[in-house]
Amino acid sequence: MTTQHTLSVLVENTPGVLARVSSLFMRRGFNIESLAVGPTEIPEISRMTIVVNVDDLPLEQVTKQLNKLVNVLKIVELESSSAVERELMLIKVKTDPQTRGQVLETVQLFRAKVVDVAHDAVTIEATGNSAKLNAMLNVLEPFGIREIAQSGRVAIGRGARSITDRTLRTVPGAQSA
Amino acid sequence: MTTEPATTGISSDATLTGAQSLVRALEQAGVEVIFGIPGGAILPAYDPLFDSSIRHILVRHEQGAGHAAQGYAMVTGRVGVCMATSGPGATNLVTAIADAYMDSVPIVAITGQVSSAVIGSDAFQEADIRGITLPITKHSYLVTDPAEIPRVIAEAFHIASTGRPGPVLVDIAKDALVNTTEYHWPHELALPGYRPTTKPHGKQVREAARLIAASQRPVLYVGGGVIKADAADELRQLADLTGIPVVTTLMARGAFPDSHELHLGMPGMHGTVAAVAALQKSDLLISLGARFDDRVTGQLASFAPEAKVIHADIDPAEISKNRTADVPIVGDCREVITDLIATLVKQADEDDLTLDFTPWKNQVLGLKAKFPVSYDRPAEGLAPQTVIERISQIAGPAATYVAGVGQHQMWATHYVDFERPRQWLNSGGAGTMGYAVPAAMGAQVGLPGQVVWTIDGDGCFQMTNQELATCAIEGIPIKVAVINNSSLGMVRQWQTLLYDERYSNTDLNTGPESIGALRIPDFVKLAEAYGCVGLRCETEADLDATIEKAMAINDRPVVIDFVVERDAMVWPMIHGGASNDDIQIARDLAPDWDEEEL
Repeated sequence: MTTQHTLSVLVENTPGVLARVSSLFMRRGFNIESLAVGPTEIPEISRMTIVVNVDDLPLEQVTKQLNKLVNVLKIVELESSSAVERELMLIKVKTDPQTRGQVLETVQLFRAKVVDVAHDAVTIEATGNSAKLNAMLNVLEPFGIREIAQSGRVAIGRGARSITDRTLRTVPGAQSA
Repeated sequence: MTTEPATTGISSDATLTGAQSLVRALEQAGVEVIFGIPGGAILPAYDPLFDSSIRHILVRHEQGAGHAAQGYAMVTGRVGVCMATSGPGATNLVTAIADAYMDSVPIVAITGQVSSAVIGSDAFQEADIRGITLPITKHSYLVTDPAEIPRVIAEAFHIASTGRPGPVLVDIAKDALVNTTEYHWPHELALPGYRPTTKPHGKQVREAARLIAASQRPVLYVGGGVIKADAADELRQLADLTGIPVVTTLMARGAFPDSHELHLGMPGMHGTVAAVAALQKSDLLISLGARFDDRVTGQLASFAPEAKVIHADIDPAEISKNRTADVPIVGDCREVITDLIATLVKQADEDDLTLDFTPWKNQVLGLKAKFPVSYDRPAEGLAPQTVIERISQIAGPAATYVAGVGQHQMWATHYVDFERPRQWLNSGGAGTMGYAVPAAMGAQVGLPGQVVWTIDGDGCFQMTNQELATCAIEGIPIKVAVINNSSLGMVRQWQTLLYDERYSNTDLNTGPESIGALRIPDFVKLAEAYGCVGLRCETEADLDATIEKAMAINDRPVVIDFVVERDAMVWPMIHGGASNDDIQIARDLAPDWDEEEL
């Protein structure tokens, strides 16, 4: 049985680093479930949040292989219990005068918001963990979902500790933003 | 890495072209030789190279440049350098880069790239070589700014040669070579994500010493990492101190002298009975710079079933990759062995503990005596094993031996007497046919005045023998023994054993008319056409005289066509995917090693 793991990977912000990471996953036979890349508070460092479905032993192997990439600075596995995990979803739902009220009610229930309205559709912005987003999709399904755009998962550990703290000092020229 | 003044005669802050900066950086990195071929995109670099102190050896095919860089690196312990132009020039390096990656050989490959303005437009001779080599390089660069050249070269040499060595690709756009820049050699390298662990953890070493003291049937399972770490002396001390038997993998042949009593030979698919049996019956594997390759373990589930594992490697990703380690040790093999010796000595003093593995030693030495590697001499014709045995006896362990891939390679590991590290070069992990001639060329460049023997097969030899032209012209007097059985011998052996003697596409027709072959090409004529001495030997009676004749020629390459009997097979053998317990010493003949149990 494989389990889902969320890895936070701090990388040097250099061209080609995403290709190196994704190529390594492919070459070693691991599937990436979700991937999100973005800047951090340190301009020289980017953060990748990678979700993989693997057993513990292969996970150790993929982590070690990732660590060997010269541009990879640090890898931390974030446990769901001690981290905040979020995905962003934009959902275009069919509406008519009869259903619009019900759709808006659903939006409220899930603490989502409407970001665009047309006469026969609304676009909803929702954030949450995948369970919440799936639950919301289930409720919206009967109204007719026309289109979905979903981000990869981003995650951050709970509490005051920062995983970029120690990495920061090792990158020349890097300073806290 | 040296920081001596460069010889291009350009002062440190003068303006220069990217190409001049590249050549100067290579000089400053201590490069003495580059193997390569010019072409459009790399052409600017060849102009300042013309005036450089660096020797450039013009090869005939880029693959040859890559393997030559490997051969040079393997014998000298320095970084080998190859250079090629963009597109097909670069892609021709791919096999050698993959080979260097598998066998952890430190090389830097420098390739020209089309100008940055046209990258991505499918320009003439454009190939994304960095993308192509992503999974087979330790690291790679694409340089479009000439100011980056010295830093990238300094980093490339550092990354290639430290930690677990490997190939680094530096792809440089043509405009970066042409445009002007200032030269600044970096005083320190900024590689925050690259920090190889060389010093082993004391706690792990103590744990390893404790396991050794508690074991009854330990084996030192030695891999190529011991040679890369220059740890052969330390290994010998460890073996002498503890009396633990030693096996050396294909990549580690020479790391421990074959003549040493405790040496059981090579383990694995074609390993010796003693080496294979010792691993299978062991209760503790002390793995030093080895990676539990499938050619060593056979079927993983039944490999060394009773053994605990101490796994020392500089690459943490190798530890517990294939076999779970009880005691993982990340570190440089020389430091690991040195610390282990000190810890064992201290443990012996403090706990009044003497290691005594005599019964186990006697058991495995009994197997070594009972099942030596051997072969039957054919009723007529020349046995390939005899040829290799005699070359080794005549040239001795001072010579360097370079093999291709196949039967001749396995016979060479068994029948050459290996006494010192860096005496043996071959393509281990990748299994690259055609490795030998260019790798021997590179080795000979690194070892001027010394004897370099290529043990090659007739199949391998035909893949890269164009480098004989390079050798003849550049004064690189390698000696090539073509073990010519007129076929792709190892494949033929599998066809004999597994495919009912149906020899589909393995007959190369390089043999004599007497076996119905066409002798195409005639290796003696081919050698002569390339400006080499060509010799032929077809009988055992002529064997020594032919080898001695080759030994006497030092001013040009020699190629000997050893016409050998074609049905000889490599034994022992464990079939692919089978358990090591099912080793055969000859066709359908298994050794009864349990008889030897105490």
